[in-house]
Amino acid sequence: MAEVTIGVVVFPGSNCDADTAHAAGSFSNTRVRMLWHNDHDLQGCDMVILPGGFSYGDYLRAGSIARFSPIMQEIIEFAGQGRPVLGICNGFQVLLESGLLEGALTRNRKKKFICRSMPVKVCNNRTIFTSRYREGEVLNLPVAHGEGNYFAPPETLQELHANGQVAFTYCDAQGNETPEANLNGSADAIAGITNKAGNVLGLMPHPERASDLLLGSEDGRRMFQAAIESIK
Amino acid sequence: MAYKAKIKVTLRPSILDVQGKAVQHALDNLGYSSVDNVRIGKYIEVSIHENDLAEAERKSEEICRKLLANTVMEDYSIELEPIN
Repeated sequence: MAEVTIGVVVFPGSNCDADTAHAAGSFSNTRVRMLWHNDHDLQGCDMVILPGGFSYGDYLRAGSIARFSPIMQEIIEFAGQGRPVLGICNGFQVLLESGLLEGALTRNRKKKFICRSMPVKVCNNRTIFTSRYREGEVLNLPVAHGEGNYFAPPETLQELHANGQVAFTYCDAQGNETPEANLNGSADAIAGITNKAGNVLGLMPHPERASDLLLGSEDGRRMFQAAIESIK
Repeated sequence: MAYKAKIKVTLRPSILDVQGKAVQHALDNLGYSSVDNVRIGKYIEVSIHENDLAEAERKSEEICRKLLANTVMEDYSIELEPIN
């Protein structure tokens, strides 16, 4: 197996960076580099992960200030070359603000911060991040966010569906996308989307918190595994 | 010459404003039955050091589009006034 280097970005206010580095670095052929927000150097990484947290205190809007950090300019270029970029929770918000993904995230429908494990359905397993899942498989992944209510105009939603860019949706334990299961009120119950090329994935659930049986689920580990295996 | 830009950023009407809803609920509890449609936004002031009003307008538009507002879900309005 080829040695794979994974970069985990650290913004001021990131708080899932160490967990993410632990999960991504738990494979025998991976090594992790922490990428400081103020640097321009991706340190030869084969893949970049934007972790959860509250980058720049979520001032103005979640992800809005992180988007203009020096490291993000490199990541936008990196993504443009078709290389893999994964944004988790606040990282998803940063990807949307930076225009690498389409839409926006706003406050949860019921006002509350949601912190719990939730069933999440795999809608497209033909991406580099989801190839280790079965299509329609229901995962158990933790979420922890106050602003995870995905919004996009109807024409964007239509395009996302038509292109298979909807990677994950919130569902009940049987995989049905009921209104009750869609706790944060996201448009079409969307929990995660990719860009058109499929090399950029953003999602609100935390795969790194479901990467060890000690934590109750290993469902998230296969997301890292699939992405790592896709790197030649 | 400088201008003060008074910028208001508001959620688009089609976007649910949960903060506004919560405040509306509190106003209902206070008995203000004739008050509704509470929408909460942001008010931002910046000084723009340009001699030309048109240039100040252009700059303030640009910073709104690039950073201050997310036009996927927010609208903005700008008011410019000269400061000595």
